[in-house]
Formats: sequence, structure tokens, C-alpha cells
Amino acid sequence: MAVLTEEQTMLRDMAREWADNEAPVGAFRKMRDAAPAAFYDADAWRAQAEMGWAGILVPEAQGGAGMGYLSLGLVLEQLGRNLVATPLAATAAATSALILGGSEAQRAEWLPRIAAGDVVAALAVDEGPRFAPERIETRVEDGRLSGTKYFVAEGDSARLFVVAAADGLYLVSGDEGVTRSARKLVDARSHAEVRFEGARAEKLEGGRDLVTQVTDRAAAALSAEMLGMAEAAFAQTNDYLKTRVQFGQVLSSFQALQHRMAKMLTELELTRSVVEGALEAIDSGRANVSQEVSLAKATANETLHLVSREMVQLHGGIGMTDEHDAGFYLKRARVLEAMWGNAAWHRDRFARLNGY
Amino acid sequence: MATAPEIDAPADPLGAFRSEVRDWLAAHFPPSLKGKDNAMSAVEGPHENSPEEDAWQAAMGEKGWGVPTWPSDYGGGGLSRAEARVLQEEMARIGAWNPIGGMGVMMFGPTLLEYGSEEQKSEHIPAIAKGTVRWCQGYSEPGAGSDLASLQCFAEDKGDHYLVNGQKTWTSGGQWADKCFMLVRTDRTKKHEGITFLLCDMDTPGVEVKPIRLISGSSPFCETFFTNVQVPKANRVGAEGQGWTIGKRLLQHERSSLSGGGSAAGRLFAQGTPLAPLAKTFVGEDEQGRIADPELRGRIARHEMDLRAFLATLRRASQEVASNQGPSATTSIMKNVGARLIQERSELLIEIRGLAGLGWEGEGFEADALKDARAWLFGKAVSIYGGSSEIQNNVIAKRILGMLDHQ
Repeated sequence: MAVLTEEQTMLRDMAREWADNEAPVGAFRKMRDAAPAAFYDADAWRAQAEMGWAGILVPEAQGGAGMGYLSLGLVLEQLGRNLVATPLAATAAATSALILGGSEAQRAEWLPRIAAGDVVAALAVDEGPRFAPERIETRVEDGRLSGTKYFVAEGDSARLFVVAAADGLYLVSGDEGVTRSARKLVDARSHAEVRFEGARAEKLEGGRDLVTQVTDRAAAALSAEMLGMAEAAFAQTNDYLKTRVQFGQVLSSFQALQHRMAKMLTELELTRSVVEGALEAIDSGRANVSQEVSLAKATANETLHLVSREMVQLHGGIGMTDEHDAGFYLKRARVLEAMWGNAAWHRDRFARLNGY
Repeated sequence: MATAPEIDAPADPLGAFRSEVRDWLAAHFPPSLKGKDNAMSAVEGPHENSPEEDAWQAAMGEKGWGVPTWPSDYGGGGLSRAEARVLQEEMARIGAWNPIGGMGVMMFGPTLLEYGSEEQKSEHIPAIAKGTVRWCQGYSEPGAGSDLASLQCFAEDKGDHYLVNGQKTWTSGGQWADKCFMLVRTDRTKKHEGITFLLCDMDTPGVEVKPIRLISGSSPFCETFFTNVQVPKANRVGAEGQGWTIGKRLLQHERSSLSGGGSAAGRLFAQGTPLAPLAKTFVGEDEQGRIADPELRGRIARHEMDLRAFLATLRRASQEVASNQGPSATTSIMKNVGARLIQERSELLIEIRGLAGLGWEGEGFEADALKDARAWLFGKAVSIYGGSSEIQNNVIAKRILGMLDHQ
């Protein structure tokens, strides 16, 4: 655990308590079964907004808490543990674009509403099924944006889109010229294809660098959510091994299984260090943010992949059933792994940034 | 990666202490010794010290700063953790290194401070703090490696002394040691409770040492034979039968130091041959200036990222030990990661150079390549000594995860 301020410690404990009491995995299951049009848990989102989490990144002047990315990460980690289905991560990613590249007027218009939880915002970058921020064909002419974005998280309900065009990021806030088509992925969350045809768009300052800065922040936030998921999946597996009896012994007495658990715990320790490292790098404005984010996302991807796969395997047959939660972690894990760069993408960038 | 990620400089509440350290180092550290270190002193024989090295060791020994957090009553520095960190930072800043090292510092000293009698502490700790006495470890036996508690070397109670008979193996630096801390059996009817912790002078009649030659060609370990060796009762640490408890505590200190302790592994990686430039030299570059072999490039990136995560975790751990209860079971995690990374890096160094990386001796090889090849072979030991990776996994499973004993 990073060295936290008193404020951050309180925030983390509160988030953990809330997630455990008010939003256990059972709440996610309920949301999935009910399949609301927004594909998120509206009650949970409202509660989060009331607790101020929608405004964690928003400066105090605009009605937020102005706490930064480590604080956001601490909350997302707790939500990840229980697979809490709210648009917090997506909205935060879009919020970071406004904070970094928004004009006074744009910030004044949007940030207070985001902080209040009245606006779900989404970051729309990719134009294919793989993260490729260098391949953007979306164009803007005379303030009208056209292009198609694949798999936009929370695209079903977003009131505000932050959209990548060839020359940087734009805000699209109206529904004119915007067509959303739900794309159901295995994780039962919102991922819409969003088509923009001459939608009114306002430019954010910062060109292509801003795209990198914002997708880095989105990736760092996801890494924190993934860390929480991996920890919970691991803990549940460890508990299960202590109760399940086979060959007259509890599974946790088998050395082969112990060593697999030890390996996973080791990876979790390393993952926590680099995820916190990336969030702190962003907060303190270090020059090597991209490198730290690639390190965090690649590591979180590998670790969550391992833990989610082992969770199913070590639970045996019960882990294969929909009745059990293991499948939820496995499915959500693969989606988050693919978002904002898979492990290979981030390793490649890490090598490039280091000159080899 | 050529350098370890930088440690951020926080606001410095120890400014006064820092300038005191700075002044003292300026007055005592000979700039000619910059960048040398004692990292291998535990496994290499004593070498002829230059007058500068002697003076540096004497100064640090006198000040107690080779063991900065040990109590000053016994010749330690008496510094707080935070002050010790300042000392470390200031030394790193000017390329100074700690001339006081070895097993006495890493393992035996901390254990004796915890379990030794007043007389034992007064006798042994100051000499360790000054670096004047070398200690070796008498733990493993041919039939007691990972299953250490099945050791058989027997100490028979003869009233005022124990009569020790048996054999130890993997005694690191045994041929150069002055004294040995050892686990012996004092009761054959009990396994763990029959073990006692003794201190033995290596020049006691009946102690015989035979170096073991390793696959790397070096002989850092010995077999040590005990034939009717008389060890005074006063040399027993703790009670008879308490040796397993004390011995396990010492192993935690050992793992803690072998996991890098934050510095040793970091230094090794920071000062070793960097992988990427070497790969470009031997494998070539593509038209975009990347390592020409994409698969190798990916593996190098993966390794460098794991390494950063390891160093970040060591840093995090040291920040978390604010409450500080000494080494914990998480040291097992870091020992395993450190071992894996050292071995991975060695394998990559060999692979990148092709056959030029597999030179044994003689002409036609770069000095670094010969050194890396020997290090590769010796490095196979790091996942075996100090508790093998499998044993560490057992520790992690039982002590951290609360999984069950499988025996």
C-alpha cells in the first residue's frame, strides 16, 4: 500500500465498506439479470455520486473533491473487488480530458454536472476491436464530427462523449448525428458502437498528445480496478481451497495447489506496487507517466489473466457454473485486458520509450 | 534499463542529520574508493586491502555506521530507520559503500541481539560491527537441506561443554571464517524441539573444512566436519532445545538480505550489463532502430518490467515497515522474485551473445562476457540457497495464506 494521507485512508475504507455492504457481487448479478438499457447499476451510481466519487478528479472550484488519481484508484480498486457496475471509470477518463484540455467555459459547463453525478461521460477512441490510438480516421469539418467508434464503454447512456479525431480530442454533447448500437460483450456491461455523422463537436486543447495523456489516465484507472478484481478473485479462491475436501483432505493441504497460490500472491504484490506507482506518477506530474502506465497496465493484465483463469480451474466444476461468481471475474477480466492496450501493446511501448 | 528508478526526495525533516552525515563522509570516505563495494565479501575470500580500504573500514567501524540501526552500546550506529535511510542516500550520492558486511551483519548479528545473553552480545556484536570477525553458517547437512529440521550433527552434554560430532555442508565462506553459528541436535527423540543453537570457533581442534567446487568453477561453499569438537556451554544461544526457534528467526533475516534488502539486488541490476544495447550489438536493429529479433525484444521488455515492479515493491515494503517489526514472511515473496529475475537476466545475457556468451576462460572473450557466464552458472544457486523457491512457496502458503500443513 502506498503511503496514504488521512483523507485517502478514509476514502479507501469508506469505499470498501460501502462496496461490501451495499454492492456485493450479488448486486452485479441482479443488474445482469435485469439487463437495464444502460447496462449499469443506477442506484449504485447515484449513491456513489452522493458520496462525491463522481467528482474525485473534479477541482473543488467546480464542485468536486480535487483529490487526484491515487484517490480515484483506491475507490476503483474497492469497486473492482465486487465487480460494481457503475460508469465511474469511464466518466473519470472523460473528466481527465476536460481537466487537461478544456477551456474555462467547457470546464464550467461540464465539470459541476459530472461531479454531481448528473452526467455520464464516455471516452471514444478506437475504430476497431483493438486499441490503436495511432489509427484514427474520424474527421471534423466546420465543427461537425464524423466517424465510427467501436466498443465505447458506457456508450449506451453517455450524455457527453470525448471523441478522438485525427487531430486530437473533441467534445460531443448532443444526440444529433449520434447513433448508438449496443454491443453485448461477455462481461454484461455497456459497450456501444457509436456512429457520429456530422455531430456538433468542440475541440479540446492539446492535439494528439492529449489523446496519449487521457488514454494513459484511463489505463491507469482500469489497472486499479483490475488490481481489486484480482485480489478478490484470489481471496475467494484461497477461501474455497480451505473448505473443499477431496481424497479425504482439504484442498489447501496439497502442495501443488499451495505453490500455485504462492505464485499468484507474488504477482499480486508486484502489481500493487506498479499500479500505485502509475497513479502517483500522474498525480505528481512526472515526465515518465507513459512508461509507468505501460508498466502498470501490462502487469495488471498478466496478473488478472492468471488469477481469473486459476479461479475457475481451482474451483473445479462449480467454477464453470453461472451460479458461481468465478465466471464473472473471468469475463470482466478479458474485457478490461483488451481495453486501452493489452499486455503486448504496453510492452512494445515500454520498449520503445526505453529506446530499444 | 541502465539505472534503477529514482527515489523521490520527500521534504527532509532530518536536514541537520543529513548535513552531519555529509560532512563526516566528506572527511572520511576516500574518493579513490568510489563505486567499489563489498557485495561479494560473503562468498569471496579475503583480499589484500589497500591502506585506503583499511582506513575506510576502520572509520565506519568506529562510527558504528556499517550497522547503523544496531544499538550503540554494542558498537552499532544507534540510528533510527529514517536516519539510516539518510545515511544510505548520502553514501549512494557520492558512490560510497559499506565496508562492513558478511553473514555476521546480515543474519547472525540481528539474531544474537534478539536472543543472545548480555555476555554474548558484548563479546560478539562489537567485533561484527567493526568487521573484524568473519562468521559462517553451520545449518545444512548432506541429509538435511530443505528439510533442515532432520539435521543429525550431534552435541552431547559433557557438563561444562558439548562434544560435537557430525558434518555440515554448504558452509558459505567456511574456509575463511573465524567463527561458526550452528544448529546441532541435542535430543534425538524430538525433531524440532531437539535442536540447539551453538557458536563454535573454527580453529577449535576437530573442525575440518573442505571447499566444494561448483559448476561455475568457484568454491564459495565448504563441507565442514566436526570430530569430537568441544564447545563450551557458554557458547549456547538461548536454552537447550530452543535452537529451531532461533534458527528460523535467523533464516528470516537471511531471506530478507537475499531478497535484496532494497539495495543488493538493485545494485546488481543497476551496475550489471544492460540488456537492450547488448542485444542491438549482437542481434542488430531493424529499420526503426528496434532490436531486430522481435521475440527477444518482447522478452527483454517483459524482464525489464518485472524488474521495475520488483524494485518498486522493495521500495513499497520499506515504506510500509514504518511500524517495523523486523523481517516478515513477505520476504519469502521477494526472495523468490529476486531469484527469478537474477536467473532470467543471466539467461538473457548468455542468449544475446550466442556462443560468445558461453566462454569459460582464455583468449577471444570479452571480460564482461566471461564474468556474466560465471555469474549465470553461480546464479543457479540463488533459487536453492537460503531456502529453495519451493520452500519459500511453502512458507508463503502457510504463513501468509494460512493454508494447511501438507505433511
